[in-house]
Amino acid sequence: MKENLHRFFRAARGAGVRVSPAESIDAMRAVAEIGFSDRLVLRDALLLTLAKSQDEKQALSDCFDLFFDHPDLNTAPEADGSDASETDGTDQDRTDEAAEQAGQEATAAGGPPSLGTLAQMLLSGDRAAMAAALANASNAASLPDIRYFTQRGIYSNRILDQLGIARLRDDLDALTVSNPADAERLAAALDALRGNVRERVTQALLLYGREEKESLRNEILRNAPLYQIEPRRIEEMRALIRQIARRLRERYSKPRKRQRRGHLDVRRTIRRNASWGGVPFLTAWKRRHRDRPQIVALCDVSGSVAKVSDFFLLLIHSLHEVVSDVRSFAFSGHLVEVSRLLEEKDPEDAMKEIMASVGFGSSDYGNSFADFENQWMNAITPRTTVIILGDARTNNLDPRADILRRIAERSKRLVWLNPEGRMAWGWGDSEMPRYSTFCTVVRQCATAQQLERAVSDIVATYQ
Amino acid sequence: MADQRPTASIETVQNGLASAGYIASRQIATAVYLAQQIEKPILVEGPAGVGKTELAKAIASWRGLKMLRLQCYEGLDEAKALYEWKYAKQLLYTQILKDKLGEVLGGAETLPAALDQLHNFGDVFFSKEFVEPRPLLQALEQPGGCVLLIDEIDKSDAEFESLLLEILSDFQISIPELGTVSAVVPPTVILTSNGERDLGDALKRRCLHLHIGFPEQKLEERIVETRVPGISEVLRKQIVGFINQVRTLDLKKLPSVSETIDWAKVLLLLQSSELDHDMVKDTLNVLLKYEADIEATLPQVHTFISKAARPNVFG
Repeated sequence: MKENLHRFFRAARGAGVRVSPAESIDAMRAVAEIGFSDRLVLRDALLLTLAKSQDEKQALSDCFDLFFDHPDLNTAPEADGSDASETDGTDQDRTDEAAEQAGQEATAAGGPPSLGTLAQMLLSGDRAAMAAALANASNAASLPDIRYFTQRGIYSNRILDQLGIARLRDDLDALTVSNPADAERLAAALDALRGNVRERVTQALLLYGREEKESLRNEILRNAPLYQIEPRRIEEMRALIRQIARRLRERYSKPRKRQRRGHLDVRRTIRRNASWGGVPFLTAWKRRHRDRPQIVALCDVSGSVAKVSDFFLLLIHSLHEVVSDVRSFAFSGHLVEVSRLLEEKDPEDAMKEIMASVGFGSSDYGNSFADFENQWMNAITPRTTVIILGDARTNNLDPRADILRRIAERSKRLVWLNPEGRMAWGWGDSEMPRYSTFCTVVRQCATAQQLERAVSDIVATYQ
Repeated sequence: MADQRPTASIETVQNGLASAGYIASRQIATAVYLAQQIEKPILVEGPAGVGKTELAKAIASWRGLKMLRLQCYEGLDEAKALYEWKYAKQLLYTQILKDKLGEVLGGAETLPAALDQLHNFGDVFFSKEFVEPRPLLQALEQPGGCVLLIDEIDKSDAEFESLLLEILSDFQISIPELGTVSAVVPPTVILTSNGERDLGDALKRRCLHLHIGFPEQKLEERIVETRVPGISEVLRKQIVGFINQVRTLDLKKLPSVSETIDWAKVLLLLQSSELDHDMVKDTLNVLLKYEADIEATLPQVHTFISKAARPNVFG
């Protein structure tokens, strides 16, 4: 029973449900209370103890069905231990009988008197015995350890080896000579067996393989260039970005609150407690002055970098608990404010709308900067961090670096995130070197990981 | 004590809750049963009005326990949830003490001796006498156990969650000046949340996680039957059928079980024997809480009624 549950926990982790040791202990205790007999109740209990959200419940419930609908993947549960041993006994008997019978048949047919157990079993067509043998072989081949789809072949072969396929081949060769009819039956049965084994391995991969697959995929996604993300993976990417935002939020929102209380304010404490003779019942604390993060983000959404800005805007806006005051602007030919759009609509729609109004044009940095200076310059205070995300490719138009200088002078920091590699800066129509002289920080920012580091640094300066 | 005997089975829980007027699905009953057996709090999530708070009340009334309720809100803190020092009382006592200072210090000749005496008194001020217990501490102090309802935990600040962790895992509270107060009898703890904000993993890990959604049609009919006695079976079926169709619409706030019950009560009061168009139109505001929702539903009312009236569809 324990073994079975542990395997289920592993399968659950594979399905994306985080099962900590503490939770698995709870689940064990729960199962100990309610037993194995009622599958529906068992399922409820596992859902209650392991899953922590509606999504996880769904995933876990699917996983449960997959796991327990193929009880042959597992050994018989101990809950009905007495029964199990009995059936095992009869199974064994039956197998022996069948084997004997098959042997007799073989002898009667004048063939070689002794076939291997596997051959006998296949010829007798005893499904129960076959299933039991298959389960044993899977366990012996430690099938639950399977992780990657590339391992399917190895595991199939291991199981077949455990079943005694080597002996079967010999038998098959011998039979072809002595009893072609049986040989043919055996060959067909062997094919069916191979099919079974393959199915079982696939099943196991589905149950146990997902965990590795998922983290590997996330790792790849994290380091993949954002502007090359295929459309079908954008949703995954969004989820990843949200995850990053949550992590940043957790990291930065707590200390801010903790540090709010500074030193004892002696003067105010004494004045406050004057009424009871200076006995300090009520204490007064100096509040540590701290800046609230203020961010103004200017995002190039021209065709070449649109995807990166999409993710960047999403990240900034998912950080709301930390970045209380954020204004976002998007531009390619000219510049518009998009803060409200991003806050009110879901990212998909917001980005669509932004793209419709300013997207995909060829970028004109000079013009967009001028737009910003004319309308929103007073959004920048000495506490603001200005982040510009773009490749600085101006299409040989006037870069208006003078406006950038004024922005830099007004703000606390000016950060430029460039999705292009450093090698490309300054080549062709890239004005990066000219712009970078006014920036406090210039960074390459092409993958989710770089994005995370950049935003993390920006938020950290306010701590 | 009779209340503390572990419940024999999930059916017993189901029957017990039913006796308190709460029709529980198997999942809910399993959660309550397990919470009792392995002594864990239950975190109940789900839309408003599906009976999360009712569940706690039902458990309390079935098992004859006292229910303590802590309503969470933004800014709820230790002083309001756990305990507070009775400052005024402490202050008053010091004033009295001031006059008796001579007596307290007794014959202490030297300053260290006097300080020593005073030290003994200092500790008195931070004793149980001066602690004002709030719901959480009260819950631990109930000699016969109790049901502790921590309502709408998602409305509280994230810090408050951490405060709860000790109670939820060990049923105890540490008061720095006094030491640790452990539960006399571990209370049955129910936490509810509408999912307004994500709860921390630490909190979730300490609880059984129960999600109550809208009930199935049969179950909802039974709920209406218990809560609104005297309503005819035909009307009951129609009401539930109608509401289930309303729930398929894209509304701001879907009607939940509490609205079903309210509506059933209203219709009973109006002495209607079955749904008819005008009646539904007039009472739709019992069911829907936004003008926009009502407007969205109105054109559908006719089809919904005729569908709900067909007996076999939802039989």
